[in-house]
Amino acid sequence: MASDIDIDYLKALAPGREIDGFRIIDRLRAGGTAFLFRVEAIDRPDIDFPLIMKVPMVGRDQPPESIIGFDTEAMILPALHGPHVPRFVAGGNLERIPHLTMELVGGDGLAQLAASAPLPTARVVELGAALADAVHALHQQNAIHHDLKPDNVIIRASGTAVLLDFGFAHHAHFPDLLAEEKRFAAGSASYVSPEQLTGSREDPRSDIFALGAVIYELVTGKLPFGMPDTLNAMKNRLWASPIPPRARVADVPPWLQEIILRCLEPEPVARYQTAAHVAFDLRHPEQVLLTPRATRSERSSFATQLSLWWRSRDERRKLQRKPQVLVSQSPVIMVAVDTSHPDDARHAALQWTVRQLASLNLEFRLVCVSAIRSASLGEAGGVEDTASGLQLVHRVRLRNWLEPLHLPAHRVSLHVLESTDPAATLLDFAKSNNVDLIVLGAPAPSETALAWWRSVASSVTANAECSVHVVRIPSRPRADWENTVDPVPEKH
Amino acid sequence: MKIALLSDIHSNIQALHACLADARARNVARFAFLGDFVGYGADPVLVVDLIAEHVAAGAIAVRGNHDEAIYSDSIYMNDMAMAAIRYARQVLTAAQTTFLRNLPMLVREGTCCFVHASAASPEKYPYIDSPSAAQRCAEASESPHTFCGHVHEQRLYFGPTDAKMTLFRPTPGIAVPVPSHRRWVALIGSVGQPRDRNPKAAYAIFDSERNTTTFCRVSYDHFAAAARVREVGLPEALAYRVENGF
Repeated sequence: MASDIDIDYLKALAPGREIDGFRIIDRLRAGGTAFLFRVEAIDRPDIDFPLIMKVPMVGRDQPPESIIGFDTEAMILPALHGPHVPRFVAGGNLERIPHLTMELVGGDGLAQLAASAPLPTARVVELGAALADAVHALHQQNAIHHDLKPDNVIIRASGTAVLLDFGFAHHAHFPDLLAEEKRFAAGSASYVSPEQLTGSREDPRSDIFALGAVIYELVTGKLPFGMPDTLNAMKNRLWASPIPPRARVADVPPWLQEIILRCLEPEPVARYQTAAHVAFDLRHPEQVLLTPRATRSERSSFATQLSLWWRSRDERRKLQRKPQVLVSQSPVIMVAVDTSHPDDARHAALQWTVRQLASLNLEFRLVCVSAIRSASLGEAGGVEDTASGLQLVHRVRLRNWLEPLHLPAHRVSLHVLESTDPAATLLDFAKSNNVDLIVLGAPAPSETALAWWRSVASSVTANAECSVHVVRIPSRPRADWENTVDPVPEKH
Repeated sequence: MKIALLSDIHSNIQALHACLADARARNVARFAFLGDFVGYGADPVLVVDLIAEHVAAGAIAVRGNHDEAIYSDSIYMNDMAMAAIRYARQVLTAAQTTFLRNLPMLVREGTCCFVHASAASPEKYPYIDSPSAAQRCAEASESPHTFCGHVHEQRLYFGPTDAKMTLFRPTPGIAVPVPSHRRWVALIGSVGQPRDRNPKAAYAIFDSERNTTTFCRVSYDHFAAAARVREVGLPEALAYRVENGF
């Protein structure tokens, strides 16, 4: 039902017409509140990718959220960058024909992929981790999506997830046009977090809830809270937990149920605190600490949920966190421990540093990594001669290194990586696990004969995409080391 | 075109020079001075001369309550502020006082309205300290973009044309889109006497082509400015404020 103004619009937007330096190719489906056109740029050789132009439906018959959503996206999209968002090309203001022109992202819509759910676990992990990476990249840029759902996600051929439609989004650097429009502020009914229903706009953990709902859908083929059509029906998620995925699909592994239900906790503080942590757990299922969530077979009782909610409802507002704060307080810290030299004097220095870092951050995730030579290159003889034996020996040494720090089990994980190029292996592992900070020792005395740039530490420092903390043994050891560090047991 | 908005300079010539240099480096083509050129600080003569020079070259300037206090006894001032006004009255020339007396209260140009305190009864110098005060200002300004000083903090109130406004605290250096189909009341902060615990001078830039407002903070030698306040014998608290930003 197009109004008169819409018809004027469509005349101006016929194929072949030019707008703001773009030529219209054809009209794609109409989105909820906007027309979508494929366009090409005129005299712009720098643009070598397909383009889409989004034109909001503006007119007397159109609801105000149409224009608020357009203004919000026009404000936020140009400020975003990286492979997880469409590249912004141009925007036109409302005085002429308003439009947003951006990269037409090629790939599979997550909605199409979700249509064939339940998907196999391996595929769910792949898609879920890719989506979590994209959400984390957005949060690192101070933005919250607020409307994550399969319709708004494209999976590129490379496997990278791209987030679309920032009409409900929030960015810490810009005025939140939706903040005072609470009746429109919630995202899509099936995925929206409980706090969004009460008007929250500044908590990135709202996206973690939606992420959990999407993974739930991929795993079970069902929506965790159905498709409620009234606000009251939506509000049951303020206290209710969904039917556990394993009750719907029996072969869902407990660790995957643990991850999904932790994302879907009604209280933001009980969820994963960052999407990077979700991606990490999806990629390292053996490291997921199982709680009663993992084996729950039915919804928790009404009374339990209600009392939980009631007790914490006053806390809800003050626990809201801005993306910048949340991401910076919930780092993934990777410490590289050289387990090939269990007596290395740097081990105590590394422990001391990690203890300091852990005490600064409430929601850190500590990833302990040892990069070892592949079994085929190891010295012959004994248990270390086999690949699994070698893994075990170094794993035990890594655990011995970690043990004196007394860190909670759900914050730490252990990884022994076989490699012929330790620096490259560490860098690769850091990148694929959204690591915020790498901690490693300065070159050992035996390495000083080599030029500094040839050491693992220098190579990692030079090439890492995150910060690197290079730990050195001070000439006068700190007094508090002696008491805190147990001797590393001999394994020979 | 980029226009720099500078307010509440308060006789701080070091801060004014720093902001003008920063604005020129950002390719600003025009200047608007939103009042309170004098008061509190040590160098009213240099500041008024510099602004008058810009006005002669086409800059916009409006009057603030401290400017009015130079020639009128009807403006209320606390003792500390009054001490600085008495000092400025002594050092300013008759021509400079006439310049201040002849300043307009409010200027409208294009989509913009420039005023010291609020477009709603500007001669009473009300504080925009709530969304409803911002809304009264936006309604009286009859312009999508209203720029004010007076409160010494950087804030941006925004809203659709018929509803109440919302407060946003801007991040310095970020160009905030301010499309002209909405209403925006920007409080641009103080060049010469910031009060948000940050001694950096504050001003803003409006880009009328892109429809963006950028709130800026500029480092300058605020210790030198404070030293000048002590040198001319003004109250110690005024020097402390310049040094500490509160």
